[in-house]
Amino acid sequence: MQTPPRPVDLADDRDPAFQAEVARRSGQALASCYQCGNCTAGCVFTPDYDIPVHQVMRLVQVGLRKRALACRAIWLCATCQACTTRCPNNIDVAKVMDVLRHMARLAGHAPEPNVKTFTDSFLSSVAKHGRVFEAGLAAVFALKSGKPLQDASLGLPMLTRGKLSLTPHEPEGNGKAEVAAIFSRFRFAGQGASRCADQGVSRNSHDDVQRGGKPSGKTEDKR
Amino acid sequence: MRIGVMVCHCGNNIAATVDCEAVAAAAREFPDVVYATDHMYACSDPGQGTIEKTIRELKLDGVVVASCSPRMHEVTFRRAVERAGLNRYMFEMANIREHVAWISLDRKRNTEKAIDLVRMAVEKLRYDRPLTAKSFEVQKRVLIIGAGVAGIQAALDCAEGGLDVVLVERKQSIGGVMSKLDKTFPTVDCSVCVLGPKMVDVGQHPRITLHALSEVEELSGYVGNFEVKIRKKTPFVDWTKCTGCGACLEKCPSRKVRDGHNEGICTTTAINIPFPQAIPKRAAIDATVCLRFTKGKCGVCQKICPADAVDYDLKDEVVTEKVGAVIAATGLDLFDHTKCGEYGGGRYPDVITSLQYERMLSASGPTAGHIKRPSDGREPKTVVFIACVGSRDRSVDRPYCSNFCCMYTAKQAILTRDHIPDSRAYVFYMDIRATGKGYEEFVRRAQEEYDVQYVRGRVAQIYPSTGPDGDQLVVRGADTLLGAQVEIKADLVVLAVGAESAKGAGALAEKLRISYDAYGFFLESHPKLRPVETNTVGVFLAGACQAPKDIPASVAQASAAAGKVLALLSKDKLESDPQIAQVQTIRCIGCGKCERTCPFGAIRMRELRDGSKRAEVVETVCQGCGICSVTCPVRAIQLAHFTDSQLLAEVNALCRTWDENTES
Repeated sequence: MQTPPRPVDLADDRDPAFQAEVARRSGQALASCYQCGNCTAGCVFTPDYDIPVHQVMRLVQVGLRKRALACRAIWLCATCQACTTRCPNNIDVAKVMDVLRHMARLAGHAPEPNVKTFTDSFLSSVAKHGRVFEAGLAAVFALKSGKPLQDASLGLPMLTRGKLSLTPHEPEGNGKAEVAAIFSRFRFAGQGASRCADQGVSRNSHDDVQRGGKPSGKTEDKR
Repeated sequence: MRIGVMVCHCGNNIAATVDCEAVAAAAREFPDVVYATDHMYACSDPGQGTIEKTIRELKLDGVVVASCSPRMHEVTFRRAVERAGLNRYMFEMANIREHVAWISLDRKRNTEKAIDLVRMAVEKLRYDRPLTAKSFEVQKRVLIIGAGVAGIQAALDCAEGGLDVVLVERKQSIGGVMSKLDKTFPTVDCSVCVLGPKMVDVGQHPRITLHALSEVEELSGYVGNFEVKIRKKTPFVDWTKCTGCGACLEKCPSRKVRDGHNEGICTTTAINIPFPQAIPKRAAIDATVCLRFTKGKCGVCQKICPADAVDYDLKDEVVTEKVGAVIAATGLDLFDHTKCGEYGGGRYPDVITSLQYERMLSASGPTAGHIKRPSDGREPKTVVFIACVGSRDRSVDRPYCSNFCCMYTAKQAILTRDHIPDSRAYVFYMDIRATGKGYEEFVRRAQEEYDVQYVRGRVAQIYPSTGPDGDQLVVRGADTLLGAQVEIKADLVVLAVGAESAKGAGALAEKLRISYDAYGFFLESHPKLRPVETNTVGVFLAGACQAPKDIPASVAQASAAAGKVLALLSKDKLESDPQIAQVQTIRCIGCGKCERTCPFGAIRMRELRDGSKRAEVVETVCQGCGICSVTCPVRAIQLAHFTDSQLLAEVNALCRTWDENTES
């Protein structure tokens, strides 16, 4: 946790609306976290995080919206749910991380641009083909991330072993249209919520899919 | 009749949401009420003084106090009216705190409800009659269930106070958990050296009858006159002949039996004396593992016994004892560490419980006080302690703090550094609870003098290390103060397992007719002011059966319970509650319904000379529940102080005000 320029004012810096929103979206009793650190202890990404999980939970408890939403940790979380499994207070910590990631996205934060680029490319591929087209996704991600050759060495072996197809395998029958309908439904729901439009999210063709689509779409997947 | 009413403000507890003056003013209009007032604290000395003075000056026949629950202060006010010369049952209480002030903020409606309740009390009081308590003889004996340190202390205190004590212990020897401990915190005294003499005292005291290897099967009766059935399980050894010489232990061929006293870190024999200081020091056979019982062969112990004490045909015995009071001191069990899969509890031999470690540290334990890894017998150089295993953990349904683990962990860490000077000790903790006398200083000593490394955070997992140190365990946890994940390679991991209620505690509570909480701990009568009493008169609590407790707290509560029992049984006779069922013999038709429905067996049928039958109440057994009264088809049974006419007077008072309100 980086040192703040001045002491945190526990009253003035607290954002109750932020706390309420995290609590509502996650459905978790955030006050029941007693900071034992078991989430951090079990998390495989703790060494890569800028803020360990238990301190992310603490930022929510103290109500520091900006620091919680701007951190890299929530973007690096793989939702492996080790934290959720270990929590002695039955808090779904992974769900809280998920919710924070959605809120960060809506607030225009993307401190790990590659993660954002990947999910954007992934969903855009699904929206277009009805299921993910790996080769296309790899190509788009390689270009957008600015490191076109980073995964190139894997491509040939995968192609020769038949793990990668050069043409998309779209779902049979009505599948593609049904998936597209899901996307348009959530895009519509997303646009309906004014909070998306209010945020200064950079616009490009993928973001159009993303803004409304991703947050609600992902929650839907889990149900 | 001349009735006085006092409405209590209870500071702001009642007055904040009830207009007490208006209630008093309304009461002045009720029939027979000649005086009504309000008071800041009716239960205070001036409050009670006002009640007494008013009774004398205005020659009152009865008093109504509108205040808190009768469970809180009924006895207080009854004493006050009695001091002023009235019968103590010429008093009624209207609960306008718990039933009115605390449940609604609507001042107007609260005031109306308070007036209704006072009116009901006044109407009931108009039908009250003086009642006189009868007295009955008491048994000057006490039953103590459980002979750990709490039961032992209570037994000795009661016996020294002149009572006969019946001490029942489930295990083969008395001593409980304390007899398994090596040292005690914060003084690092030898545990069994302090406890041993007390155990011997119990064994030798002329007033103490010890039933070891026994369980309470049934408790009947009431305060002063309980009757208890005790099942003495057969040890298959005649304890009147056994001298505890131990010859049978040496010859017993069945040697792979789990040693319960040593928490399973070593084995023992099927015929066994659990430890050298055992009281009674008598051998007993575990029939579930003995070859004689499982295979029908062997019989070596019978042949070898120089006292001819072994008898395979001995059966369980049920003895009946009469006692005047009961102390439950059944202690605790420990959290099952095999439930912690992430710590490898039960799978990795070098992950052990704190009590297993305690046996290892003990000079009289299986390793003679040498710390050895169960896996290879090597002396560990790095020992990791994990606190709060099965405590403060809602995910395993153990949300409570087990009270003593912080302290025994500090003690074990100190002893580790003491036994193995070139060792390192790490303690993973969440918070340190060291509130007893000298406790905080003790934990500081562990860190400052003994260089024990305290790490603030939980441990997520333990796994065997790979590579050259393959026989070690990797403990991965967090240091929340550092904000980092931490790892340590350990030779031995000790889990500070939390406390649980003793196995079978709930079933025993039901036999004793006392309450217990969701975790099986027995419920005290009041958490602050009646911590050793239960809601069943004559049954008291001592030690960790009430909540996890350390030795000083258990001993203190045991002495407190003994003091309560001594005070209770210091009288030759006890007063019975006159609020019991009364049979109007003229009305009784002898149908016997009441006899069948009484849950206490307090009604018997008496045969008249003409052969017809009439119900009769055994006054000392009747608890005044009123079931017989509502069962009786001819209304021949009335509950004194709660007669039909008294209850109807209350109902009428309530309905009348209701009518008035609806009409207006």
